[in-house]
Amino acid sequence: MAVLNEEQEMLRDMAREWATNESPVAAFRKVRTSGAPEAFDREAYTAMAQMGWAGIVVPEAHGGSDFGWLSAGLVVEELGKTLTASPLVATTLAATAIVLGGSEEQKAKWLPKLASGETIGTLAIDEGPHHNPTKIAASVSDGKLSGTKAFVHEAHGADLFVVAAADGLYLVEKGDGVSLSTRKLTDQRSHAEVTFDGAAADKLAGGGDSLLGDVLDRARILTACEMLGMAQAVFDTTLEYLKQRVQFNQVLATFQALQHRMADLFGDLAMMRSAVEGGLQALDSGFGVARAATIAKAEANRVLHTISREGVQLHGGIGMTDEYDIGFYLKRARVLEASWGSTSYLRDRFAAIGGY
Amino acid sequence: MATQPDLKAPSEDDAFREEVRDFLAENFPPELKGKGSALAGVDGPTQDNDAQRKWREAMGERGWGTPTWPKEYGGGGLSRKQAAILNEEMAKAGAYNPIGGMGVMMFGPTLLEYGSEAQKQEHIPPICRGEIRWCQGYSEPNAGSDLANLQTTAEDKGDHYLVNGQKTWTSGGQWADKCFCLVRTDKSDKHKGISFLLMDMDSPGVEVRPIQMISGMSPFCETFFTDVKVPKENLVGEEGQGWTIGKRLLQHERTNLSGGGSLARMMGASLADIAKKYVETDEGGAIADKVLRDRIADFEIRWAAFLLTARRATEESKAAGGVSEISSVLKKLGTKLGQERAELMIEIMGLQGLGWEGDGFSDAELSGVRAWLFGKATTIYGGSTEIQNNIIAKRVLGMLDHQ
Repeated sequence: MAVLNEEQEMLRDMAREWATNESPVAAFRKVRTSGAPEAFDREAYTAMAQMGWAGIVVPEAHGGSDFGWLSAGLVVEELGKTLTASPLVATTLAATAIVLGGSEEQKAKWLPKLASGETIGTLAIDEGPHHNPTKIAASVSDGKLSGTKAFVHEAHGADLFVVAAADGLYLVEKGDGVSLSTRKLTDQRSHAEVTFDGAAADKLAGGGDSLLGDVLDRARILTACEMLGMAQAVFDTTLEYLKQRVQFNQVLATFQALQHRMADLFGDLAMMRSAVEGGLQALDSGFGVARAATIAKAEANRVLHTISREGVQLHGGIGMTDEYDIGFYLKRARVLEASWGSTSYLRDRFAAIGGY
Repeated sequence: MATQPDLKAPSEDDAFREEVRDFLAENFPPELKGKGSALAGVDGPTQDNDAQRKWREAMGERGWGTPTWPKEYGGGGLSRKQAAILNEEMAKAGAYNPIGGMGVMMFGPTLLEYGSEAQKQEHIPPICRGEIRWCQGYSEPNAGSDLANLQTTAEDKGDHYLVNGQKTWTSGGQWADKCFCLVRTDKSDKHKGISFLLMDMDSPGVEVRPIQMISGMSPFCETFFTDVKVPKENLVGEEGQGWTIGKRLLQHERTNLSGGGSLARMMGASLADIAKKYVETDEGGAIADKVLRDRIADFEIRWAAFLLTARRATEESKAAGGVSEISSVLKKLGTKLGQERAELMIEIMGLQGLGWEGDGFSDAELSGVRAWLFGKATTIYGGSTEIQNNIIAKRVLGMLDHQ
């Protein structure tokens, strides 16, 4: 855990308390049972926004708190621990795209609403099942955007899409020319193919040539925060289980074969946490973001993948049941691993950044 | 960064930085630029030439080789911030810290915590000046991972202890002046029967035999004690407190062994730079072998995450005050990654990377092979990886004792 200041500690404690009491995994079960495609609890999201969480990276002048990325990451990690289903990450990323690339007018129009929770935003970048921001066919002519975006996170609740076209990022509101086709993924959260057919589009003209890349680095780091919370929760749950479960008249935690596997996972988890916090600190300092984001998401992918598999195995049969929570983490893990850069994508990018 | 704001006015730091620069300009011999070797002390005692001696004495005089140790015992008395500035400026000037070894890394910090006033006065200043070499008398033929099984005895003879037994894997034993040693003062209790004793290596009855290792080097020795007389005042702490003090020292050792990567430093250039020299690149300058390129990136990402972990541990221990069991995690991770890196490096070089001696190989190639072999020791000494796993499971994760 990074050394936090008082404000950050308060924020984390508040998020932890809220997630534990108001949004345990049982809350996600309820959302799942309801079957609503937007797959989150509006009331819960309103409560989150009222605590200021949707505006953590939004400047104060536009209704946010501007507490910084480490603060945002702490909240997202806590929510990841309980698999809180919400469009908080998606909205934060849409807001950051506007902060980086929006005109004063666009900022004034959208940021206060995104920060207050009134408007839900999301990114619509990739056009296939693999993350590949160099392959974008969507195009704009006369202010009308056309193209199809695959597996858009939180699409059902979104009022505002930040859409990648061949010549840059655009803001598109839901409504005419925007249609959704649900893609129910294994994590049972909101995902959809979104088709834009001559939808009115407002270009984010600032931010320079690196705008898309900069936004994606923030997506990688913030997603890695959610994954960190998940990995920590799987680890803690598994450790707790090993300390309770008795076989051969012995608590499982006393078996050295299992102790050493947990020690391995603990080491991996330490590396994941350092990589993720390194990403957040790079964002706050503005230095070395692309490399730090690649390390953060690559480590998040590697470690959550391992921990989510080991978590099920170490639980034995009960880990295979729907009644038990551990399987939810496994399913959400794979969705996030594939989002904003798979492990092979990230290794390729890391080598390219390093000049080899 | 999430650290607390520094309370010191920036001007004070600037003044200190200026002082360091002046000191370096005046005292660091330019011919030693970039000469600091991480292998020093592994392959033998370095014979100081005039320039090296001058540099060691200048640093020792200031106590800057042990920058954060108390001034009253010959340390630098610097704050961590000042020590960081000192490091930065030395790196910029191509200078290195000439004061090192086990006295600095492990024994000094432990003695400062547990030693008597007289012991600190006697032993710390020579360590700060780099005058005395210490070695570690811990392992025995039948006490490796099960260190507390050690059998070397120290018998109470009134005004002195009479020590008999055998130690092994004594790093640098053949060059050491003194030894900090775990000995048995009571046979009735495995852990509480152990005491922490300081010995002169030139005492009658001490015999040292170097062991040749797979690397061809002999950095470790067997050490035999036959009726060695050790004065009573050389006991650190109380009789029976040796296991507690000895474990504390191991935490310092692990923190150092995890290496902010001493292995990596030995090997110098990045894996990608080495690969560009030894394997084909494409027209864009990228490594043409995509599988190898992927494996290098995979390693370098994890290595970066490890370095971030080492940095985080330093920040956290600064906030909490002192080394902790997290040193076991760092040791386990750093040594494994260091070995992985060495393996990947010799693989990248092909047979050119496996030269033992003689013509046809560069110095870097030859020392790389030795470092690869020497590096196999890193997951065994200082508590093997398996022992670190036990410590993590029991002390950090609270899993109960295994059978």
